[in-house]
Amino acid sequence: MVRDIDVKLLTDNIKEMCIEATHYLSPDMCAALKVATETEESPLGKQVLDSLSENLELAGKEMIPICQDTGMAVVFLEIGQDVHFVGGNVMDAVNEGVRRGYVDGYLRKSVVGDPIIRENTKDNTPAILHTEIVPGDKVKITVSPKGFGSENKSRVFMLTPADGIEGVKQAILTAVKDAGPNACPPMVVGVGVGGTFEKCAYMAKKALTRDIDKHSEIPYVAELEKEMLEKINNTGIGPGGLGGRTTALAVNINTYATHIAGLPVAINICCHVNRHAVREI
Amino acid sequence: MSKRIVSVPLSKEDAKSLKVGDYVYLTGTIYSARDAAHKRMIETLDRGEALPIEMEGNVIYYMGPSPAREGRPIGSAGPTTSGRMDPYAPTLLDLGLRGMIGKGKRTKEVKDAVVRNGAVYFAAVGGAGALLSHCIKEAEVVAYPELGPEAIHKLEVVELPAIIVMDSEGNDLYETATKQYQRD
Repeated sequence: MVRDIDVKLLTDNIKEMCIEATHYLSPDMCAALKVATETEESPLGKQVLDSLSENLELAGKEMIPICQDTGMAVVFLEIGQDVHFVGGNVMDAVNEGVRRGYVDGYLRKSVVGDPIIRENTKDNTPAILHTEIVPGDKVKITVSPKGFGSENKSRVFMLTPADGIEGVKQAILTAVKDAGPNACPPMVVGVGVGGTFEKCAYMAKKALTRDIDKHSEIPYVAELEKEMLEKINNTGIGPGGLGGRTTALAVNINTYATHIAGLPVAINICCHVNRHAVREI
Repeated sequence: MSKRIVSVPLSKEDAKSLKVGDYVYLTGTIYSARDAAHKRMIETLDRGEALPIEMEGNVIYYMGPSPAREGRPIGSAGPTTSGRMDPYAPTLLDLGLRGMIGKGKRTKEVKDAVVRNGAVYFAAVGGAGALLSHCIKEAEVVAYPELGPEAIHKLEVVELPAIIVMDSEGNDLYETATKQYQRD
């Protein structure tokens, strides 16, 4: 049975989700920050983490965005194959939701219409829209406003099969160390391994939307996530990059099949304001 | 320990007295400017024209706020990454800019200009924009309004928390702090 969904439903939800994501972090992120505050050894690092908890509380209570960089709106739509959109164009509906969310929600307009001419579009559109076709007749919407302090430190490495898992580890550490204090640690590190050039970047981005208290279902990948979190925290970069034991809160790795000749690895760095709102319609 | 409150604009003496790792609170007047405003200021100087704001003794906050809700002076107002201003900062420091507030590492050129001019680089806590907005009591756009969040704002701040990450002698906290907590 085909199910009709009016695209207005996308607009209304995305508007609310832009505002929700920029003012409240998900419970897993809040919990991880609390734990870090208790375990951090550096006094200055602890002070930074305390400020971040205080900031989170204030953001929700007074409706001030957690961070002034309310990001470029990255929207994932996982569309059930039995869905039929009616009432307009999906891309237009997504952009309208972002426009209303950013204008009505007092969010910063951080998008320029052309990368070289650089004129602000004044409503934070266009969004970055990723779609996937999945079984069923529902649509899962994920809105993930992405700040660029950390986005700028993200990397893609086209490794070779000979580089193997050690090469992957090295790539992740290189990106994190290079990001250092610029990416507002404690970070969340999204990693994509395999696929093609663009597929691994997409996987890395999507890995950031996975709850940080959930590991990969693939045993060796789950082990790699734990090992890399420890290695990253051993760099000493710490909260705010001012030294300490909490450099990352989580490493989320997604994998996919790849070509016999390649081993693509993408590392999408996110700051401690790892925002995403998720709804199903 | 009592709070160390530092007046801004920053006197030469105060700048010299601030040491790397110090946690201080800034009170007075500062200016916001980030990528696009810096580009414009340098282009203005290249044309031989005057800057829209005075540099001598002043402190620039690398920050582009979110819009203010009714009844508030400003929205979320945390620091942006300073490194993107590195190509422009030495010129402004040579014109008397005495302090910069941002986050992240700087180039050697910036460090040299900091030392040459007896200036200071402060870090504010990145991603604490709601908290930091409470320290900003007044905000007024004084140049480049067409740049939106990237316009230059004159900000009246009270006890804005900042950490000295590079002092006037060029000591750099980002270079030293990490080592203490490194493990093999």
